[in-house]
Amino acid sequence: MTAHLETGPRLDDPDALYEALMAAYRDLPDAEALKLSAKLVLLLANHIGDAAVVREALAIASGRTDG
Amino acid sequence: MPKTYENPRFDYRRCADQQPGAVAHHPVVVVGAGLVGLTAAVDLATRGVPCLLLDDDDTVSFGSRAICFSKRSLEIADRLGVGGRFLEKGITWNRGKVFLKDREVYAFDLLPEPGHAYPAFVNLQQYYPEEWLVERARELGLTEIRWKNRVTEVVQEDARVRLTVETPDGPYAITCDWLLACDGARSQVRRCLGLEFKGQVFKDRFLIADVIMKADFPTERWFWFDPPFHPGQSVLLHRQADDVWRIDFQLGWDADPEAEKQPERVLSRLKAMLGERDFELEWVSVYTFQCRRLDRFRHGRILFLGDSAHQVSPFGARGGNGGMQDADNLCWKLAAVLEGTAPETLLDSYDDERVPAADDNILNSTRSTDFITPKNAASRAFRDAVLELSGQQAFARRLVNSGRLSLPWGNAGSPLSTPCDEPGGVALPPGAPCPGAPCPGAPCPDAPVERDGRPDWLLRQLGDGFVLLLALAPDTPLPASLAALAREVPAIRPLLIAPAPRDAGGLPLLVDGQGLAAARCGLVPGTALLFRPDQHLAARWPAFDAAAVRAARDRALGIVSDQERKAVAS
Repeated sequence: MTAHLETGPRLDDPDALYEALMAAYRDLPDAEALKLSAKLVLLLANHIGDAAVVREALAIASGRTDG
Repeated sequence: MPKTYENPRFDYRRCADQQPGAVAHHPVVVVGAGLVGLTAAVDLATRGVPCLLLDDDDTVSFGSRAICFSKRSLEIADRLGVGGRFLEKGITWNRGKVFLKDREVYAFDLLPEPGHAYPAFVNLQQYYPEEWLVERARELGLTEIRWKNRVTEVVQEDARVRLTVETPDGPYAITCDWLLACDGARSQVRRCLGLEFKGQVFKDRFLIADVIMKADFPTERWFWFDPPFHPGQSVLLHRQADDVWRIDFQLGWDADPEAEKQPERVLSRLKAMLGERDFELEWVSVYTFQCRRLDRFRHGRILFLGDSAHQVSPFGARGGNGGMQDADNLCWKLAAVLEGTAPETLLDSYDDERVPAADDNILNSTRSTDFITPKNAASRAFRDAVLELSGQQAFARRLVNSGRLSLPWGNAGSPLSTPCDEPGGVALPPGAPCPGAPCPGAPCPDAPVERDGRPDWLLRQLGDGFVLLLALAPDTPLPASLAALAREVPAIRPLLIAPAPRDAGGLPLLVDGQGLAAARCGLVPGTALLFRPDQHLAARWPAFDAAAVRAARDRALGIVSDQERKAVAS
């Protein structure tokens, strides 16, 4: 069976994760912030390891589908 | 400027076709005596097909141009009789390194595997193979090369093609049955037909500097992103023959090509890179590139090969290699049509097979270019993210793309191939890999074999005709109908292969002592493989069946059986 992107709530403490993300970006100039996002995307995409799931996320993020 | 190589000059000679009022007819005309046109002319000559080869210049390539020749191109050159010269003169390399700023982030090894006549790549300036192919064409004696003969007009009529050729003595007209347009990215033939050349232009400029130096750099492909000596851009270093090194500097779109070509400017860039070592400039060129192709490569009696049909970025060595493989694919088909053994529609399969091959080259070269030349801040961020991660994170190394090097196209789904599940076997789902490798359509892998006690190579034994390769155990009897097939269809040459010498009933026997041919071609006792004249696999069976072999050869020649014709008609 093909895996699907999980979009239901899965994080124990979403506020803490959001805070960690904001802290990482807070003092970065735009170019560095873009690069940080890119690294995160690449690391997480590799962790997911299923291109179809990543493409699903890409479609939702680009507004091509609402999931 | 070149110092290590002097271009030969080939004399223009007035010929009988130029007499006023004469319109001579030639069966095959090849336009462009570059790497691809010469490969095609020599390939045709090895098949006994004469041709007239027209070139607007009087020498071989000026400057090194294509420098990386892939294994498949070397095997084609071997079939044409010039392969050994690449090995003697060229530089064999296997390793590549990618640097970010001043540190190495990634290295690859093309993993040389023993038991192949040719390595993965040989680097060599393009003028050498062109010169050898001119010599080879003369040796074979079937090619008339006319230098300083520039094609200016091409008109396709119903039954022939009419050409106007400009020379130092003025223009003349000829006609031909088949025209092979090998006249490069700015093809005049393509322009005359008014064909659209569609694709993508990349907004970047690159400086090629060929430098002569005695350097202790290893024989490796080195690629830098953002090096200290050329900040913000990329640089490639690659070795060629004669102590010449190819250095490519990415310049960006705003660079002024004329100013960048000035020796002082080039020398200062080189000094920043190479330090105070001794070097001399051999050749300099500034280029931009595009990835584009014609919709179709066959237009009636006119066939486009190489850069006239498709253009790629240089990253990945897919230009010259793609062109040589076009010639390899087309020439046996044209020879079969001229000989009358195949219908003209066989030439449509050149489109079926080489258009997807060009798309694969364009896809890979576009991806490399997108990596090397990011289009905006976000794509640069992703590119730099990959490079920065690649030092520590193994997964990111596979994303670093400084060129995905040319591999032969497998012709998956070609109409000339007999699918593995036919006949009689269990039907495979569409797109499923066939049970053995290589799949029909793909080129035969090479392997060492022995014939009559002498070592040789499998590909050399395949040669340039249809070959039925039949794997035998040491003691199984020969299939009874094999001798009958050999008698009835002499154009299919049977070749037996076994792990040890055995009775071959008078047929040629290859001994696969190391078992490498069996491993690479997926042979078990009984396996029968039918190869096409370009050494690509046409069909694979678990057991020999004479009728199936004949049908597969017909299919590979584009011959539609009465039965199939009826099926289509109903």
